[in-house]
Amino acid sequence: MEKWSLMTLTVLLALTVRWTVSLGSYSGAGKPPLYGDYEAQRHWQEVTYNLPIRQWYFNTSDNNLLYWGLDYPPLTAYHSFLCAYIAKLINPDWIALHTSRGYESQPHKLFMRTTVFVADLLVYIPAVILYCFSLKETSTKKKASIWGVSSALCILLYPGLILIDHGHFQYPLSLGFALWGVLCLSYDWDLWGSVAFCLALNYKQMELYHSLPFFCYLLGKCFKKGLKGKGLVLLIKIAGTVVVSFAVCWLPFCTDMAQIMQVLRRLFPIDRGLFEACMFSSPPPCSKLANIWCSLSVLIKIKNVISPQTQLKISFAVTFLSLLPACIKLTVHPSLRGFKFALVSCALSFFLFSFQVHEKSILLVSVPVCLIINEIPFMATWFLLVSTFSMLPLLLKDGLLLPYAVTTLSFLSVCTASFSILEKTSAEDLQLKPFSLSLRGYVSWLKSFPKIVRSLFLLSVTLMGLLSLASAALSPPQRLPDLFPVAVSLVSCLHFLLFWVYFNIVILWDSKNSRSQKKTS
Amino acid sequence: SARAVMAAGGRSWFRALALGVSFLKCLLIPAYYSTDFEVHRNWLAITHNLPLSQWYYEATSEWTLDYPPFFAWFEYALSHVAKYFDPKMLVIENLNYTSRATIFFQRFSVICTDILFIYAVRECCRCVNGKRAAKDILEKPTFILAVLLLWNFGLLIVDHIHFQYNGFLFGLMLLSVARLCQKRYLEGAFVFAVLLHFKHIYMYVAPAYGIYLLRSYCFTANNADGSLKWRSFSLLHITLLGLIVCLVSALSLGPFIVLGQLPQVISRLFPFKRGLCHAYWAPNFWALYNAMDKALTILGLKCNFLDPTKIPKASMTGGLVQEFQHTVLPSVTPLATLICTFISILPSVFCLWFKPQGPRGFLQCLVLCALSSFMFGWHVHEKAILLAILPLSLLSVQRAKDAGIYLILTTTGHFSLFPLLFTSPELPIKILLMLLFTVYSFSSLKSLFRRERPLLNWPETLYLIQLVPLEIFCEIIFPLTSWKRHFPFVPLLLTSVYCALGVTYAWLKLYVSVLTERIPARQKAE
Repeated sequence: MEKWSLMTLTVLLALTVRWTVSLGSYSGAGKPPLYGDYEAQRHWQEVTYNLPIRQWYFNTSDNNLLYWGLDYPPLTAYHSFLCAYIAKLINPDWIALHTSRGYESQPHKLFMRTTVFVADLLVYIPAVILYCFSLKETSTKKKASIWGVSSALCILLYPGLILIDHGHFQYPLSLGFALWGVLCLSYDWDLWGSVAFCLALNYKQMELYHSLPFFCYLLGKCFKKGLKGKGLVLLIKIAGTVVVSFAVCWLPFCTDMAQIMQVLRRLFPIDRGLFEACMFSSPPPCSKLANIWCSLSVLIKIKNVISPQTQLKISFAVTFLSLLPACIKLTVHPSLRGFKFALVSCALSFFLFSFQVHEKSILLVSVPVCLIINEIPFMATWFLLVSTFSMLPLLLKDGLLLPYAVTTLSFLSVCTASFSILEKTSAEDLQLKPFSLSLRGYVSWLKSFPKIVRSLFLLSVTLMGLLSLASAALSPPQRLPDLFPVAVSLVSCLHFLLFWVYFNIVILWDSKNSRSQKKTS
Repeated sequence: SARAVMAAGGRSWFRALALGVSFLKCLLIPAYYSTDFEVHRNWLAITHNLPLSQWYYEATSEWTLDYPPFFAWFEYALSHVAKYFDPKMLVIENLNYTSRATIFFQRFSVICTDILFIYAVRECCRCVNGKRAAKDILEKPTFILAVLLLWNFGLLIVDHIHFQYNGFLFGLMLLSVARLCQKRYLEGAFVFAVLLHFKHIYMYVAPAYGIYLLRSYCFTANNADGSLKWRSFSLLHITLLGLIVCLVSALSLGPFIVLGQLPQVISRLFPFKRGLCHAYWAPNFWALYNAMDKALTILGLKCNFLDPTKIPKASMTGGLVQEFQHTVLPSVTPLATLICTFISILPSVFCLWFKPQGPRGFLQCLVLCALSSFMFGWHVHEKAILLAILPLSLLSVQRAKDAGIYLILTTTGHFSLFPLLFTSPELPIKILLMLLFTVYSFSSLKSLFRRERPLLNWPETLYLIQLVPLEIFCEIIFPLTSWKRHFPFVPLLLTSVYCALGVTYAWLKLYVSVLTERIPARQKAE
């Protein structure tokens, strides 16, 4: 069969799965008074359509910021405005000021689901498809044509993103734009890449997780061209592009400095104290998050020991230190492959070590991992499974157990079928060859390495399966009501830490790899 | 969901395909379901609570038991699992009862019984010989056949959205076909007899089974020129066959004969009081006939050939199952449809008898029987087209000619199923699934037969492409116009008439190809 028809089938299948998941429940369905993310998005449509642009981010009598106040950058607001405009055409009740609060109905759900579906179809999916077509040239495998298709299939069926976007309710636009950024950079269109990334950043400030690799990669590229000649020109061009795209996005707010400051205050509520911010932005208590601080706080009550200011400093310092190696490496040796790995490792550092985190932020790590699924299929599949599992408490709360189970199992079987992952556990397949060579003298168990890795994987999958079953079916003992969520977050945190170490090893020992040189040339 | 299966060895691709479609079925659990959901819930309650003697008399709900006894026993068995999910669904008076547990149980029972279908598909795949051992797994006839059967669009939406238990019933049919192909005649006959007592709609294809068994099993040899050798008749074989059929029937109908309820059972199974066409016209000959009558009526009124006062007001497509009086053309009686069906089946059966071609000939006759009865039957449901589509899949991967017919028949037949799902959340699902199946069937069969001439000529292609504007008009443009209030039946009418053209064409083309086919000399000698 031709590649095009296979790709069409892949997209159709992905769309079908997305729409069937969207038949299910959404975040905060029928749960007054605060509801959930679905209501937040609807409320933003209400606010942006009915209020003048100057009041969007300000607390007024018509805009109670304590009730899902707009706290994302302007592009989100524009997008809400656009959706509201269409909603108005269909049914004005959906976005009526004040009276539409907590509006829920079948037609409205259909409308909201459709907006997500369209956003996914227009931004995220094309980026994935184009990216997978570009893999053809780099892959040295025999069946290169099918290689791209099966990568696309796995990426598009990644359950975490499907469940959060089409189940829980969220727009895949910021991740989609970031993906376009990576795509453009991989075709050497640096300016378009920075435009796309600026769009992503202006859709959701969480994209800052990815900003350092983008910055370091582009900077490294300029250094490589020589900072006195072409490199300087490129640097100036990129800087100009970034400034212009930011200016365009913020244009309506640029009239007044107070406007800009207020938007920034909404985006980064630093003055509230980080722990409270954490509590506020993520409704479940912090102890259930697969973040290092939250996991530590199960053992030690950090909140009682250290003051908030010190917490901030510590978390900042640790995050910075954890980012440093990968970023330096990328700046010194900018390569596309290194860039993708750095995206993963930096986002993971932010997720693990910074304070203001939400469970969903793991998607910022997962999407870059999807991009390297063709290079390290085994580890990528493993990571993607763990990342979906880490959101289990959230998904259970939304009533998405059935889609969670089904999409996760099908993702596992698709990955097993298309990459035969269980046979690719040798050090070379995991891209650990240079590292293992440097260790050869000291460690003797490297021979049985593939077997150990495989059994670890099976053990971890079994553990996740059992914990999922227990969370879904068993009621926790009365003394420990949070037993299962905490167990889920501890297990995932442990996994993420090991993955963080793994990704950093791959990045730092990469230099001797000849393939990467070939790709950048 | 494992379209790009690369695992080359063994049968792992089959497992991936079956697993993938099962996952998709699970995702469809929260989708819309039709009144058939309540029908089956009611049958669960009836068989669970009442003694056998009451099964075919109980009429609290309007959805009385109208399937043969084996299906009632099947519901009886299910009800003993159902009570652990939600005992309230087993109360007869709980009309239209739904709960999460009920929905989950009923949907899951369909998914689980589909295991039989999956097994049957595997057996069928073994019967198909891959002449050319394709290097690429995606181009193997068995792989394509497995996808065409397991991922069949019609079966997916009828069973897992609309809600019915066709999966395991078709499983039984395919299993009997596979057994006949494997020359395990007695098993095949047994399975088919059992199937008949599960759902009597399969009687339409019984002539093919009867003649094929008689010809290939009861007569054990042919003359050198392929004609029948009368002396080879085996009394033992026909006795065995008769014994099997009688035993199965006795097991199913025996208790009701003892109770003296056979007439009641029969009257429930064959409700001839319903109209010629279902509320929504199935795309068959009668749809064309009705449309012609309408057109002639309008023409007659325009030209003053007809007296407007004498025209009955009943509208055929008002949405109710009712008897309908034709205005210009003669009205059709059940007997007339029976005769038409019989006559249209006859040539195919003759062909099977006089030009035996082994399993291929049998399959062709089977498809022709199903299609002919679909074309001319009384009160045919649009779902009955699956009876022709599924067996035709087996033929389509073996010969380019049949593949062309298959593409026309599946596309129009599946498209005609669209009105089954009329709720807006299901609109994207039906379109996406339809595209998925259609794109796959076209591209895979095209690549399978790429060395032969094109599967479709340009008028056929044009006809099929025009389904797209038709769908856009019916689902998107029409509801926005003011006609929606005055002529709500127009989309249904357009869909069924347009599809009827395609189905009729496919039927004629298949008939012509079967009748004009010459037997290869090699097979004559057998």
